[in-house]
Amino acid sequence: MRIACPLCGERDRREFYYKGAALVRPAEGADLETWHEHVNLRENPAGPLDELWYHELGCGSWLKVTRNTATHEILDVELASEAGLGGEK
Amino acid sequence: MAELTAKSPCDGLLPVTIGGMSLTEEQPGNMWIVAPFKEQQDALSKALESAHGMAFPAVNRTTGKAGSRAVWFGRDMALLMGPVPDAKLGKHAALTDQSDAWAVVKLDGNGAEDVLARLVPVDLRPQVFKRRYTVRTELKHMMASVTRTGPQALQILVFRSMAKTLVHDLKTAMEAVAARG
Repeated sequence: MRIACPLCGERDRREFYYKGAALVRPAEGADLETWHEHVNLRENPAGPLDELWYHELGCGSWLKVTRNTATHEILDVELASEAGLGGEK
Repeated sequence: MAELTAKSPCDGLLPVTIGGMSLTEEQPGNMWIVAPFKEQQDALSKALESAHGMAFPAVNRTTGKAGSRAVWFGRDMALLMGPVPDAKLGKHAALTDQSDAWAVVKLDGNGAEDVLARLVPVDLRPQVFKRRYTVRTELKHMMASVTRTGPQALQILVFRSMAKTLVHDLKTAMEAVAARG
């Protein structure tokens, strides 16, 4: 499995650290149910999933990686800082 | 105060020569991380140019020359090797002295790429990895910076605490490459 880091180029999976699903943080003051869902409930698709990966042994960027969980095909990679995950307005 | 003797990270470990390749410790002098503030990279590059005669390096590249070099060192970061950064750079970037934090070695000779091919998951052959190219990558599970400094010469940096492991792993790989003849 290889991930194309937007800065470093295509690199081996062993350079990366896996965080989990890439979720948009609920807005400030969201109700308990919304936070419960954000913290605890996850989709578990057999197919494309947005995830956060950290290029630990490379440039040190957090990345939003779209990976097919069934085939491990990497469909899309972008910098997490540019992926609009910073929270709902 | 007592006279303290400074020891370099690879003191007593290097130099070694195996199969026509040499592994030596480099003494780059000062090493400072230069990390531009938000939207300050262009201004920093100009300040770096006027103070030290080199631009801020692009991703996976270096600027300057031996003795005074800026090496791309991660996202929005460069390592200035040689001079102490001019105080003016502080307006555009965070400056951190890391002079004692890194072990710096040079692997030189025919077969240097073959040695690193055993340790680094990146293509470092000269036709792909040219002069002034640099990468942040893994070297046998260590966070490393690898830079081409000559046709057969590569500069390798790892954390100082891993100097002994670095020398051991490089020596083992050099012996294995040399044994193939």
